[in-house]
Amino acid sequence: MPRETRAFDPDVLAAVREAGLAEARRLGATDASLRVEDVRSQVVSLRDAALETSIDDTELGMGLAVVHEGSVGYAATVEVTPDAAARLAREAVGAARAVAIARRRPVELAPEPSHGEVTWASPHATDPTTVPFTEKLALLEAWSQRLLDADGVDHVTATVRCVSEHKHYADLAGTVATQHRVRLQPQVTAIALEHDGAGFESMRTLAPPVGRGWEYLHGDGWDFDAELAELPELLKEKLAAPTVAAGRYDLVVDPTNLWLTIHESIGHATELDRALGYEAAYAGTSFATPDRLGTLQYGSEVMHVTGDRTVVHGLATVAIDDEGVAAQSFDLVRDGRLVGFQLDRSIAAAAGQDRSNGCAFADSALHVPIQRMANVSLQPAAGDGPTTTELINGVDHGLYILGDKSWSIDMQRYNFQFTGQRFFRIEGGRLAGQVRDVAYQATTTDFWGSMEAVGGRSTYLLAGAFNCGKGQPGQVAPVSHGTPSVLVRDVNVLNARTEGGR
Amino acid sequence: MSDGLPPAHAVVDAALAAAGGAGCVVLVEDRSEADVRFATNTVTTNGVRRARSVTVVALADGDRGTSAGVASRSGAVDPVDLVRAALADAEGSPPAEDAAPLLGGGADDRFGDEPATTDLDVLGGVLAALGGAFGRAERSGTVLAGFAEHAMVTTCLGTSTGLRRRHVQPTGMLQLVGRADGGARSAWVGRGTVDFTDVAVEELEAALAQRLAWAAARVELDAGRYETILPPGAVADLMTYLYGVASGADAEDGRSVFSASGGGTRVGERLATLPFELRSDPGAPSLECAPFLAVAASSSRASVFDNGLALERTAWIHDGVLQQLFYPRARAARSGCTPAAPIDNLLLELPGETASTADLVASTERGLLLECLWYIREVDPTTLLLTGLTRDGVYLVEDGEVRGAVNNFRFNESPVDLLSRATQAGATERTLGREFSEWMPRVSMPALRIPDFNMSSVSPAS
Repeated sequence: MPRETRAFDPDVLAAVREAGLAEARRLGATDASLRVEDVRSQVVSLRDAALETSIDDTELGMGLAVVHEGSVGYAATVEVTPDAAARLAREAVGAARAVAIARRRPVELAPEPSHGEVTWASPHATDPTTVPFTEKLALLEAWSQRLLDADGVDHVTATVRCVSEHKHYADLAGTVATQHRVRLQPQVTAIALEHDGAGFESMRTLAPPVGRGWEYLHGDGWDFDAELAELPELLKEKLAAPTVAAGRYDLVVDPTNLWLTIHESIGHATELDRALGYEAAYAGTSFATPDRLGTLQYGSEVMHVTGDRTVVHGLATVAIDDEGVAAQSFDLVRDGRLVGFQLDRSIAAAAGQDRSNGCAFADSALHVPIQRMANVSLQPAAGDGPTTTELINGVDHGLYILGDKSWSIDMQRYNFQFTGQRFFRIEGGRLAGQVRDVAYQATTTDFWGSMEAVGGRSTYLLAGAFNCGKGQPGQVAPVSHGTPSVLVRDVNVLNARTEGGR
Repeated sequence: MSDGLPPAHAVVDAALAAAGGAGCVVLVEDRSEADVRFATNTVTTNGVRRARSVTVVALADGDRGTSAGVASRSGAVDPVDLVRAALADAEGSPPAEDAAPLLGGGADDRFGDEPATTDLDVLGGVLAALGGAFGRAERSGTVLAGFAEHAMVTTCLGTSTGLRRRHVQPTGMLQLVGRADGGARSAWVGRGTVDFTDVAVEELEAALAQRLAWAAARVELDAGRYETILPPGAVADLMTYLYGVASGADAEDGRSVFSASGGGTRVGERLATLPFELRSDPGAPSLECAPFLAVAASSSRASVFDNGLALERTAWIHDGVLQQLFYPRARAARSGCTPAAPIDNLLLELPGETASTADLVASTERGLLLECLWYIREVDPTTLLLTGLTRDGVYLVEDGEVRGAVNNFRFNESPVDLLSRATQAGATERTLGREFSEWMPRVSMPALRIPDFNMSSVSPAS
């Protein structure tokens, strides 16, 4: 039997938020919010069909944020009692006092009205963390064995990560939000050793992580059967494929690869806290600064990028964010021009904006909410739009790239380098077999400026990541990115082997 | 800070009792942390937190072997419930490939002590100094950003075979970035510490000022291969990555840079002509870390069955020769190797070297001096080719003098290859990696001279 999903006890929550917020108010906090979070995270990972890693971790915690005499303070604990909540209020105010000596400007939060009592759950049939461990193991064993039995596969790694996140939020304005989200990330990698015994090639499934239930692994949103069926043959072809000739290519980039390029070169670059220097010591800044809002030509005219925390099955989708702001959808790039930024309440206020657009998130009750990425998505072409095949037909000499693998981008989000899982040569508008060792390198605005066409709705996929890192101490956020296939002209392609001096 | 959690040793005993004599490992980690971020010449966010995580590894013996189940929960857990959850997973699992008899041994004298705690008072001196530093920065047209944190983590480990180990791990770090001219000039300094008594903000400020002054002159250089001096912090990030992939199982399976061509591992193979030693040592002065293994999950690097394994000074590379990879006991027995588990510090040394980074600069005819590396990611695991960026300081050195700041670059390099190509190393010193200090804060490294570092392209970022 699946274990019961641990639900919050409403009486405990009411007592806890009353105790914490009342104490914060009594101590002179001008803003205060309290979060109780129960996050269950599971990892089941098999190596060559044998269990290697098993994690089943539940973190129940409580955090309280205050603004006190112009300073912020945050305190957190793993105890969830009224006494602990009141103590957190004192500690958070104590923290605000302790840092005041080094505060040069007061912190303000952009106003947000009370949304009253809100209850929300991400749509799902089966909370994946309630599925018995044995069932997870059996599914991954079957997937692994199927690949190991295939010709040319030497090793297989199969992993599924499942999360069930309960959040209870309350603030002095009167918003009380109780939310439950689930998500999961399945990944299977087949490995083939080189025939000469020197090195190997791998190929991973392209199935994205999603805000769905366990039903995702049984065909609701992805065809795993079809994907596992084609993996061995694709890997065999890759192992025998020629290495890529470095040079300039037209690229047709599949959503399974492009989502990460969007994430790194648009998602992070349009976070206003970065642009203002709040991440200068860690995640970095941004070339897309507020003074260029409305004027910066980010890319070609077919480029329309939105941020949202509302899309169904989106990994960053919520009803109310971790500062009590209602989820929204907004433009970031329109007709190729920078028109918006992602905001939280303190950054919105610092930038003179009226309101946050709801991008505050903390990965645990133990961490303070900071501005984190919305689902940042590239919109497909209107109407029927081109198919991926039609985009490929428009290329004389190029590459079709699928699946993400390695990624790296600089601290201002200019210069990036990505690899992938599968690279097909395009010759005369048709696919002409795989090549290997491809890495594409570009400057953000050059790359998006060379985007000649976006695919239609039929090419669109909501992909994403479980592991977006930001902040100190480090926080990890899940986020989705929707994108069509695209055609980008004249991109610099490196040969990863040559780069490695081989 | 008072709280209502029962003592860790009582949780260990209660869980072991609940296991009723079955094989069982209980790990209690009490974390007390305080941190402050700052940016735009003012403090931004902060946090004080107290957390407890309890992990139970329950074993189930069957006809074909022993299986393990693992469950972790935070806070005031019910040990009976947690053991039941772990046991259910163990009974539903096939025999574990990493199964090995649980380790016995004695009990640490201080096993029953209260967990260590910290709070923002530890950072009081830093905060007071920062107040002044922000004012000075503002007047000089510099923008400071950074992070200070202190953590005390108390780990209590008990097994059904009688082992009782306890370790208190202090970790602290201060990082400071200075940006001037709208970010066109920037510099970073970072220090690792145990208790902040050895960290002076003014000293870091002075180091930043020197680098920002170096950047008064600017030189544009193209991509290419350059003689490059990697300072200890940059070497730390590269060696931390190398350390992270040193799994014996991955190497044996042909899946890593340490796989031998044609099968087996490269243990015994010379990786560098210079007699480098890459080692970990729980007793290394100022880098002290747990002298026993405590892991909440098995991986290709370590096994939950090996919890409590005594950790001792281990050379991963000795005299330039690959010496040891990570092997859980079970895998080591199958492979005929010595078991070795990850240790929480890392040192690279070229014995006998005494030169500072400044000495390396002084003996450079023409080359680059880096400050730190960033966004380091694996491009090709077979060679451990990594890509990444230079960040917050690349300087042109000519005739032993820094001439000015150079644009940033994207690099593509393998740390294994760099060890083989290094022509000179400085003295090993306590340092902090810019990117991976979060996972490996206790590092001592030398500066390295690389004759032909591969700067793959120019990054316009600053």
